[in-house]
Amino acid sequence: MSKFRMHILVCGGTGCMSSSSGEIFDVFEKELSANSLSNEVQVIKTGCFGFCEQGPIVKIYPDNVFYVQVKPADVSRIISEHVIKGRTVPDILYKNPESKETVAEHREIPFYHSQLRIALRNCGLINPEEIDDYISVSGYEALGKCLTEISREDVISAVKASGLRGRGGAGVSTGFKWEMAYKSQGDKKYVICNADEGDPGAFMDRSILEGDPHSVLEAMAICGYAIGADEGVIYIRAEYPLAVERLRIAIRQAEEYGLLGDDILGSGFSFHISLSLGAGAFVCGEETALMNSVQGMRGEPRMKPPFPAQAGLWHKPSNVNNVETWANIPPIILKGADWFKSIGTEKSPGTKVFALAGQINNVGLVEVPMGIKLRDIIYKVGGGVRGGKRFKAVQTGGPSGGCIPAELLDLAIDYDSLQSVGSMMGSGGMIVMDETDCMVNIAKYYLEFTVEESCGKCTPCRIGNRRLLEILEKITSGQGTEDDLTELKDLSAAIQDSSLCALGQTAPNPVVSTMKYFWDEYIAHVRDKKCTAGKCTSMLTYKVTDKCIGCTICAKNCPVNAISGSLKSLHSIDPAKCVKCGVCFNKCPKQAIERV
Amino acid sequence: MSKIKSLDELKKIREQSKGGTDIRVTGENPDRVVLAVGMATCGIAAGARVTMSTLLDEIDKAGLDNVSVVATGCLGFCYAEPLVEVRTPGREPIRYANVDAARAKEIIDKHVKQGILLDNAIIGKEVPRQ
Amino acid sequence: MSEFSSQLSELDAFIDGLDTLEGKLIVVLHKAQDVCGWLPAEVQNHIAHRLKVPASKVYGVVTFYSFFNTKPKGRCKISVCLGTACFVRGAQGIAEEFEKRLNIKVGETSGDKAYSLDSIRCVGACGLAPVVSVNGKVYGRVAPADVDGILNEHK
Repeated sequence: MSKFRMHILVCGGTGCMSSSSGEIFDVFEKELSANSLSNEVQVIKTGCFGFCEQGPIVKIYPDNVFYVQVKPADVSRIISEHVIKGRTVPDILYKNPESKETVAEHREIPFYHSQLRIALRNCGLINPEEIDDYISVSGYEALGKCLTEISREDVISAVKASGLRGRGGAGVSTGFKWEMAYKSQGDKKYVICNADEGDPGAFMDRSILEGDPHSVLEAMAICGYAIGADEGVIYIRAEYPLAVERLRIAIRQAEEYGLLGDDILGSGFSFHISLSLGAGAFVCGEETALMNSVQGMRGEPRMKPPFPAQAGLWHKPSNVNNVETWANIPPIILKGADWFKSIGTEKSPGTKVFALAGQINNVGLVEVPMGIKLRDIIYKVGGGVRGGKRFKAVQTGGPSGGCIPAELLDLAIDYDSLQSVGSMMGSGGMIVMDETDCMVNIAKYYLEFTVEESCGKCTPCRIGNRRLLEILEKITSGQGTEDDLTELKDLSAAIQDSSLCALGQTAPNPVVSTMKYFWDEYIAHVRDKKCTAGKCTSMLTYKVTDKCIGCTICAKNCPVNAISGSLKSLHSIDPAKCVKCGVCFNKCPKQAIERV
Repeated sequence: MSKIKSLDELKKIREQSKGGTDIRVTGENPDRVVLAVGMATCGIAAGARVTMSTLLDEIDKAGLDNVSVVATGCLGFCYAEPLVEVRTPGREPIRYANVDAARAKEIIDKHVKQGILLDNAIIGKEVPRQ
Repeated sequence: MSEFSSQLSELDAFIDGLDTLEGKLIVVLHKAQDVCGWLPAEVQNHIAHRLKVPASKVYGVVTFYSFFNTKPKGRCKISVCLGTACFVRGAQGIAEEFEKRLNIKVGETSGDKAYSLDSIRCVGACGLAPVVSVNGKVYGRVAPADVDGILNEHK
């Protein structure tokens, strides 16, 4: 055949690669060749499809059939049935958990219904290691259009008019930042991509870099042209080896085509991009700390002002944007600011990518229009809470964000609405929690994170957050008093007011928001010494009830011999010896052990 | 790889490399027309591979970006292989019998491009609503 | 040549190849850890000397970033993801199980240098939570009962 009649796309994102998608790719190549189909059918490794819960994922075009949880052993059936005979393989199709029906077509899957992909437009569609794939979907045309048809000022106006706000967290107007850097005087300016995605549980930036690296390169070059910079730096976590590798390939290919380098498209504009590897410090996601780190120093934030646009990297005017923000730029240039503004809400136009995780059925990466209700994300896209449990809260914004309770599920989300309920957009992590999650313990978890990651430069953050953590540890171990709650509130307010950078200023948010919405749980911990979710183990007591049949399993498994009782008689637990490990509770075949 | 020196050259490369991704882009289009070729054993034996490659070539030549060619299983009309079913969104599917290279070309030229049915090759008595 | 001096000469060759030394400390430390596996005091001193910066500055940067190790790691590097997604799906219990089995705490290396146990923040495979990575191989949906099996695989 003169061209490939069928494309088999195998997800090459980190999630699927961790569950043998690399092997699946190899087996496809081998078996296609064994069936003399290598000239008819092409296998392509793409970026993330987002539906990580169901990985590894294989998608077949032009049929648009979506196979989930594929194993290397399934490949030969896909070839003999689907590729050769045109019949789908039903047992590896997605099964709708409600109707139990199998769904073949990608767009029929509820997970994809409410999604609108702008930043992720090419993830799972193109081969990220092939620049021609990107060009074939109008890649680098926005850059070409800017360089040949649009003045620098008009590029900035277009970005400003689109209303695009920074997708990394704070939501500052991107056009406004560009304008500031444009107006700054300087012989040398820098464009910086913040790919130091540190929020535990957020992985959209990595997916974009792995699935569509050229879109970020193109956008950075557009910004370079607009603000008058000839050098770009991508600051990326060393923990993302696959993204680093794909970026290296992309930069090399763009240079070979002359789409990066000197005199791009004969316009006289030159732009070079280099990579700078991070070394594992959450605070480096803060733009001034990031620039210190690029300069090889400790990643401690600087005072603002001066802003990066005035004195940034090497004290030159610099513009820093996050990966997802960059990925929105080429479509805005090609389709116009009005198109972008027609999506989302008035003050937060466009879409946002969220990383859904935690106690939710469909863990994965979703891109939805701003203004969508939390309920729709969690129930329609996310498929609801796992195991039929009751929804308790959703945490947004990572360690800087807050917990949003069930009564606010109908909140239409954008930057401002999230802030108004005491949380924030952050980078878009969304962790769902159910009735078995203790909110005091969750607040403690985030504080442990910020205490570990505080750079130590300013006192409120270095010492204040540690004190917050100590109080939370006291409360979760059953030693808390009501005075401690007052202390938590006062100290939180002081840290928010007086810290140097956003890390410190937002660190108490998880505490403040859980106290606001789950005050009862705090009171139960300090007044009644009870953890209703059963997570704070030192507050629990274990008792044997009448259901005990005297099988002795609990006594045999107890690591500290705290359980006594003879065969076929009621056992008892010595509270003085019990270490509350819960082994007896889990081992008892009759659920005769009560945990209160 | 040689350098791209202008926006026009970039667009030229886009057109050239479209062939690499267009079946994916078309596959995402909910309004696309699907041409399903019966590729069970009897279909292949009757020459369905030639049918399929002719369809692909003709679509390419005509620059159609809303038509997908897929393989499908046995359609149940073994006497009439190779079979092609034309599935247009919102309409009854239409099945053509004995589709050799010439008829495949005709399906693209008349049915797909102009909406004219090839009455003499349709399986089934009643001509479906068009 | 001893292993150590051949490691230093590989590092020297890398430093010689840099176009400038300004702001390259982190780049050089990445390379050094690549070559040596960790960053002993001798290596830090050597880098300070080569880059013409005080040893205190090198030490300050090394200890600031969690990626850099000032202690040697075991042959089998176990990292338990404690990112939020894994945390709410029980990662803490997995970490404790490894601590119990190996008789070391998170952040430590066993006496015979066979195992080291660390926590990491999100490898991005949240769909597979809780996740454990052993020498780069990722194990998904791990339960405490799986710990023995994982250790046996890497004996």
